[in-house]
Amino acid sequence: MKVTTDTICSDLLKEVEEYSGEKVASCIQCGKCSGGCPMLEAMDLLPHQVMRLAQLGLKEDIMKSKTLWVCASCFTCAARCQRDLDLSKVMEGFRVIQLRQKGGNTMHPRQLTPEQLKDAPQQAIISGFRKYSK
Amino acid sequence: MRYSLYPGCTLKTKAKVFEETALEAAEALGLEMVELEEWQCCGAVYPLAKDEYFPLLSPVRSLAAAGERGEKLVTLCAACHHVFKRANHAIKGDREAREKVTGYLEVDYAGDVEVVHYLEVLKNEVGFDRIREKVKSPLEGKKLAAYYGCLLLRPEKEMHFDDPENPTILEDFIRSLGAEAVQYPYRTDCCGAYLSITEEGLARDTVGKILKSAQRNGVEGLVVACPLCHYNLAKYQESLTDTRGGEGIPVHYFTELLAQALAEGPAEEERT
Ligand code: SF4
Ligand code: SF4
Repeated sequence: MKVTTDTICSDLLKEVEEYSGEKVASCIQCGKCSGGCPMLEAMDLLPHQVMRLAQLGLKEDIMKSKTLWVCASCFTCAARCQRDLDLSKVMEGFRVIQLRQKGGNTMHPRQLTPEQLKDAPQQAIISGFRKYSK
Repeated sequence: MRYSLYPGCTLKTKAKVFEETALEAAEALGLEMVELEEWQCCGAVYPLAKDEYFPLLSPVRSLAAAGERGEKLVTLCAACHHVFKRANHAIKGDREAREKVTGYLEVDYAGDVEVVHYLEVLKNEVGFDRIREKVKSPLEGKKLAAYYGCLLLRPEKEMHFDDPENPTILEDFIRSLGAEAVQYPYRTDCCGAYLSITEEGLARDTVGKILKSAQRNGVEGLVVACPLCHYNLAKYQESLTDTRGGEGIPVHYFTELLAQALAEGPAEEERT
């Protein structure tokens, strides 16, 4: 990937730090967060790479990444980060940047299957909507 | 002591047995658990974006109601517990959150209701030794294993539930019922949670790893405290049953086992 002054979105770091309350700039790229992430195999960017791209302000690459939507907010990374960074909040920060745009929702009631409606616990459906639509 | 019980939506519908057996066991243990009046859904997930105050309204309203009754708030569902603990933490430690939320709700609440999970009541207020004494039908010879998942344990700073990497509360609970508590590596890993709604394949893979690990360690039953973990673990058993025609692993709410162990055993067992 080519990093140029055009691709770097310098406000991104500030924006995501504000939404998440996390000091993304203090990540030292140790990779421990990615090492323990249970969703790693389905991610196109690893959690520590999201942090690095955020530091560099590469908004496009983060926003189009599948990683944001497969992170299950399991808090494992946060429990292990030596810089005490909570990546579940950073991921949420990026998700809300998209979700708060008009038409930004990524989950719609019509996508629930009849089987899910019949069997899935309320908790699953409510969590899903809280996470994927605003 | 009397407790305010917050059952949550799922326990009133898809996971009724979780609440029913919790109440049965509470009666056997002499714990008075009285459901809160007029509670609403806790929201199921804690809002992780810093400027989201709206999802705190519902849990704080229930917390304030328990406060008025002067009682501890007891939870069963791991997700409700997670949301209540963290909402309380926010109200206590974040002035802006407190002012916005309590101002909107017009309640006077400073975050001081104690939120305790039913398992914590068993551990700290009843005591596993006393439970062992009260067990009438010990689950002897059963090889059970805890599946903790995420929400009870993490983030430790806010949940204060157990060691997030090496918890023991559910194993101690299992042993107090007379069963064997089997250890296996994936007991604190995520089951995929709500991804079973949006990313089924991924949830299936995640659950597959957990179940196979349990199976390799000879587990005969998994013990959970979360309806969503229960749903996922029970739903994706095909990772065990498809290969070599193996058997699945039953998933139990911890309260089902507790109520069973506290009840009189079948007649023939009593005679021996
Ligand atoms: S564990 Fe923390 S410091 Fe290490 S790469 Fe991940 S976010 Fe950065
Ligand atoms: S919170 Fe998200 S990024 Fe962190 S370990 Fe869990 S799934 Fe991975």
